[in-house]
Amino acid sequence: MEGLLSLAVKAIFVENLALSFFLGMCTFIAVSKKISTAIGLGVSVMVVQAITVPANNLILTYLLAPGALSWAGFSDVDLTFLGLISYIGVIAALVQILEMVLDKYFPPLYNALGVFLPLITVNCAILGGSLFMVERDYNFAESVTYGFSSGFGWALAITAMAGVREKLKYSDIPDGLQGLGITFITAGLMAMAFMSFSGVKL
Amino acid sequence: MSQTRRQMLIDPLVDNNPITLQVLGICSALAVTSSLQVAFVMSLAVTFVTAFSSMFISMLRNHIPGSIRIIVQMVIIASLVILVDQVLKAYAYEISKTLSVFVGLIITNCIVMGRAEAFAMKNPPVASFIDGIGNGLGYGLILMLVGFFRELFGAGSLFGITIFETVNNGGWYVPNGMLLLPPSAFFIIGLIIWAFRAWKPAQVEEREYKIQTVESH
Repeated sequence: MEGLLSLAVKAIFVENLALSFFLGMCTFIAVSKKISTAIGLGVSVMVVQAITVPANNLILTYLLAPGALSWAGFSDVDLTFLGLISYIGVIAALVQILEMVLDKYFPPLYNALGVFLPLITVNCAILGGSLFMVERDYNFAESVTYGFSSGFGWALAITAMAGVREKLKYSDIPDGLQGLGITFITAGLMAMAFMSFSGVKL
Repeated sequence: MSQTRRQMLIDPLVDNNPITLQVLGICSALAVTSSLQVAFVMSLAVTFVTAFSSMFISMLRNHIPGSIRIIVQMVIIASLVILVDQVLKAYAYEISKTLSVFVGLIITNCIVMGRAEAFAMKNPPVASFIDGIGNGLGYGLILMLVGFFRELFGAGSLFGITIFETVNNGGWYVPNGMLLLPPSAFFIIGLIIWAFRAWKPAQVEEREYKIQTVESH
């Protein structure tokens, strides 16, 4: 339990997907102009991440890992090279299913998140989360924790960024830095602030 | 090579750069630039994937039903990325370890999808191939620029060859450790964008609010 808690803190603050691995940067920069949309997108990423990382973990353990197919009688088959294509397939399919379920049973939530869901398929933070899970050999409990907390960290970062940018548009910035340039520099300063968490251990 | 083809190849380098203007494919641009060698391999990989995925998607463009085109594009891109990943693991294992998840993340690199969707679905294969190479090179250009500054001033070397002798090795140069850390990549890209826009003022974004000029008495 303690291990899981420390994993969660590490995934949210120290190894923040957006600010220390730069994952999901395209959306991070493009959709952080208003706080309300940033929160919507952040929550969608969190939900999708919390579902896809454990799902991909199951796929890896029971279908792809060396010897994983022994239940079907193929004990020496190693399908790890199919990893990338299966993960992205799972992500695309899950996002589609989530969209349909939300549309059917939770229309208000669908109206709030609907526009962001298709964007999420190509968000590197989602695929990145699954790939980190594979690289670090997380077991099922760890991948549930990691999926949820890394998504939460991403949501936190994009919301903070949107808050800064809402104020930033009133300031007097050199012409060439206007817009994209100053956004990058702000993100850099935020990344530095997040680095100060790196000494924290539970 | 005709005039328009050359235009297609050169245009994405500065005038329509995928990173500084279209804000595509930034994730990996920031993460893999702490040394030039890694940045170089990454540029090659992305150029390869963009060029070939554009070409294959363009060949199939009249046969792909609109409703499932994203999935078809994903499958083509993912297959090419698996190819790159396996080749890197076989012939450049050290570099593939450093790149870790970022090779896999070429799949979700917006440049690849963006070009497939915006260009390859509407144009013939050869043009799409050239467009893919052009955009890959535009991406590579920024990657190499960022990598150049980060490695030279952060570690005093280029491609692993010492340029400035660092203090630790008995030289004179005190390396700026921050340049090897993630935040510096943001600053350098921000400054590169500033430089590009100072050079090409047409790329400057409109202000949302103007500061009132006060008349002095």
